[in-house]
Amino acid sequence: MNLTLKIWRQPDAASKGAMHTYELADVSPDMSFLEMLDVLNEQLNDRGEEPIAFDSDCREGICGTCGLMINGYAHGPEVTTTCQLHMRSFKDGETITIEPWRSDAFPVVKDLVVDRGALDRIVQAGGYVSVNTGSAPEAHSVPVPKDDADRAFNVATCIQCGACVAACPNGSASLFMGAKVTHLGLLPQGQPERDERVVNMVAQHDHEGFGGCTNIGSCTAACPKEIPLDVISQLNKDLRTAIRHGH
Amino acid sequence: MKGARASRTTVALKLAMAVSGFLFVGFVLAHMYGNLKAFGGHDAFNEYAHHLRELGEPLLPHEGALWILRLGLIISLVVHVVTGVLLWRRAARARTTKYVQKKNSGVTRASLMMRWGGVTILVFLVWHLLNFTIGKVNPQGGATNDPYNLMVDTFDVWWMTVIYLVAMLALGAHLHHGIWSAAQTLGWTGTATKRRRAKTIGFVTALVVSVGYSLVPLAVLAGIITK
Repeated sequence: MNLTLKIWRQPDAASKGAMHTYELADVSPDMSFLEMLDVLNEQLNDRGEEPIAFDSDCREGICGTCGLMINGYAHGPEVTTTCQLHMRSFKDGETITIEPWRSDAFPVVKDLVVDRGALDRIVQAGGYVSVNTGSAPEAHSVPVPKDDADRAFNVATCIQCGACVAACPNGSASLFMGAKVTHLGLLPQGQPERDERVVNMVAQHDHEGFGGCTNIGSCTAACPKEIPLDVISQLNKDLRTAIRHGH
Repeated sequence: MKGARASRTTVALKLAMAVSGFLFVGFVLAHMYGNLKAFGGHDAFNEYAHHLRELGEPLLPHEGALWILRLGLIISLVVHVVTGVLLWRRAARARTTKYVQKKNSGVTRASLMMRWGGVTILVFLVWHLLNFTIGKVNPQGGATNDPYNLMVDTFDVWWMTVIYLVAMLALGAHLHHGIWSAAQTLGWTGTATKRRRAKTIGFVTALVVSVGYSLVPLAVLAGIITK
């Protein structure tokens, strides 16, 4: 495959960036998207140019480190992570536009790398369960209904990649927060901190500069883990309950 | 965040927007019922308008109940517009560098035009109140003291009917997304089934409202409703 790549280049956070065009020949359709960028970077290295910076780690779709806006879609045209996207999803001769996640809460570090620390700070604000450390308790001592356990597990698959924010026309992280609030709120261990959790997480979210949700649904369409919109309903319900409890 | 208050969050703004929005849904349905009285003729329409002013008498003063309803609507309007503007501003600040290329897959067009659609409805509302309530403007220059005749005179002008039809299209789109979105904001759509149901209710209500309101102007233009 021969491709034309339009890629956002930005030397550092303080500099202004711009789109640059690169031609890449003989791309195998079996390459992953990131392998394709690796090949481009090798060529750039050989030419003595600065390689393109992008985030990646596990390259098997489970860590949430990678994330690129590809042709206007977060993680590209398939429902998966950027690392699990393969070049067979593109056509020979295609022009591919590659941009970093765009959100003022995710400042660009370099080229396609953004700082997603804002999501970590939302988790630090309430996305946890406080327990006394010590030996692990007997698993069966706290029964969890099967349906709740399944649903909690399904939404716990969120890998915090930030695609929901990148895809959202409002730049909201509601799907991400909803996944955390639903995951912990469904389990008995999550009950004592349930009210503070949702209030502190949403307050931190707003403080970081994310937008409000208008239930458009771009987030769930972009989510590589297919987190459903239900979790945003749960987030709203938990916040409404917290208001009623005087928080 | 230390000392975070639930009522100061974006979700609380959305809740206020959802509740005021639902009050408007109730209002547009009641208003539509009154409009359809036009098919009952001159007297049925005017008597309805007259009785609206006598509602609650003698317990309430003349137009008392009407003003209670109007006050509720005015408060809802202020809440709906203010929260809308605040959330619009937040969203604009959340992404100041736009994408070169951005696509929205799996979303309705109605969901993407809530803000400008809302502005369209607000502009229409100002004209509508000038037309029939506050200023009473007869585009044909005739009398304005008879609600039924003013209504017929207005919709007999084709471009006035067009303005109303465009507004009803905007209102229909707004309700199509707004009703389900409000249900989601209130936390009523926690499962896929409930979400589908809310979306269906939103679509059907939007259809009933936009078609129901469009019937009277179209009937006037077609000569079915006459003076």
